[in-house]
Amino acid sequence: METTLLAIGTKKGLWLATSTDRHNWSLSQPHHLMTEIPSVGIDTRGGRTRILVGMMDWHWGPTVVYSDDLGATWSEPEQGAIKFAESDETALGRIWQLQPDSEERPGVVWAGCEPISVWKSTDGGEHFELNRGLWDHPHRSEWGAGFGGAAAHSVLPSPADDTVHVAMSTGGVYRSTDGGQSWEPRNKGISAYFMPDPNPEFGQCVHKIARDSVNPQRLYAQNHHGVYRSDDGAETWESIADGLPADFGFVMLSHPRRSGTAWVVPLKADGERIPPDARLAVHRTDDAGATWTRLDKGLPPTEYNAVLRDAAGVDTADPVGVYFGTRGGSVYASADEGENFTEVASHLPDVLCVRAAVVVGTAAPVASP
Amino acid sequence: MSPVTVLIPTLLRPLVGDRSAVEVPLEAPAPVSAVLDTVADGRPIFARRIRDETGALRRYVNVYVDGEDVRRADGLATPVSPGSEVMIIQSVAGG
Repeated sequence: METTLLAIGTKKGLWLATSTDRHNWSLSQPHHLMTEIPSVGIDTRGGRTRILVGMMDWHWGPTVVYSDDLGATWSEPEQGAIKFAESDETALGRIWQLQPDSEERPGVVWAGCEPISVWKSTDGGEHFELNRGLWDHPHRSEWGAGFGGAAAHSVLPSPADDTVHVAMSTGGVYRSTDGGQSWEPRNKGISAYFMPDPNPEFGQCVHKIARDSVNPQRLYAQNHHGVYRSDDGAETWESIADGLPADFGFVMLSHPRRSGTAWVVPLKADGERIPPDARLAVHRTDDAGATWTRLDKGLPPTEYNAVLRDAAGVDTADPVGVYFGTRGGSVYASADEGENFTEVASHLPDVLCVRAAVVVGTAAPVASP
Repeated sequence: MSPVTVLIPTLLRPLVGDRSAVEVPLEAPAPVSAVLDTVADGRPIFARRIRDETGALRRYVNVYVDGEDVRRADGLATPVSPGSEVMIIQSVAGG
């Protein structure tokens, strides 16, 4: 029997929700209560469901834990999964992204972290190696910190070849075509209106990028003001913000199987980080950004909370499920690509990340001690 | 020889065999970092909770030697004498 697992990372713990119909959800007790959960990855490759969690305890520091039994038990690598070398003279600040690679690269998991760094695991996320190509990049001293800190928050390995795209705040999009050995900025067309030169080679505050599942050369970007698409592997970007109520926001999702379909959750502006007119809505394009459809059925009539960059995700079911959570602790699920939403949870702490996956089995997640 | 008593905060006790204190043998004064090294020996998760990978005390972890905050003394070089008490405690933080 297929179950959909929804992992909800918040400012004060992780909740796991499960459903067999994606309408009625069973919500767990909190896991890792009082620990901030900025990143979650659900790795279903090879017939195993592993929930990877990037935890941040403000007293005891950041760490990666994982569960192979839907949260019944958790393991923490003894030596720490992500750790700088003594010679790097810095310490891990926060784990912003845990991204399993494609089916063809079993065991490979990428991490994006603060300070701005990309890490790669080949053992399913138990141990990561620092990507030296990006760490030693000559631009490093010029990358800055967004409001939430300086981090690589999006890591997109291409399933087609050795290309990897990374997005960082602030720094923009960087691309490697050799599996991460060397990196070049790829921000042509993306605005950095907050800088003296609004069209720099790098320095943009790209909030989130997503790769088209059918055409790996096509990417979508939600920028700090600006929504863009690239059809040439990020060589150039063009605006696809027309038709949206606002070009600010944090979320960018792409369809797992259909080219041209993507979702955003607009916020009014940098200086007014609420849904436009306080009316929360997801917007979907089915034509790669030429037109957008507003989707708000099942969402509250008034909402003043923002949706953060990783607080949204899709599953791989048919039709695709769309999920997101707000800083007000509400979590919504759609079983029909955003046409209708139902509330999964409310009054949770600020939702920082949401990930969903179709898993085998019916085990209900339980609370950790 | 009089051992140093290291008091462990409740949340970290599962990492040291559920003990509230760990005794560290000490024959002569030593920096508090060496005492923490001894407690952390063979307990890498405990070690990471207290100090980051540069060796620095985590920002919201406080260490007291005989009641004195090491941050107001000589940091992790603060000397500990045989018979002293070292207290590890998380600071008041968060909301």
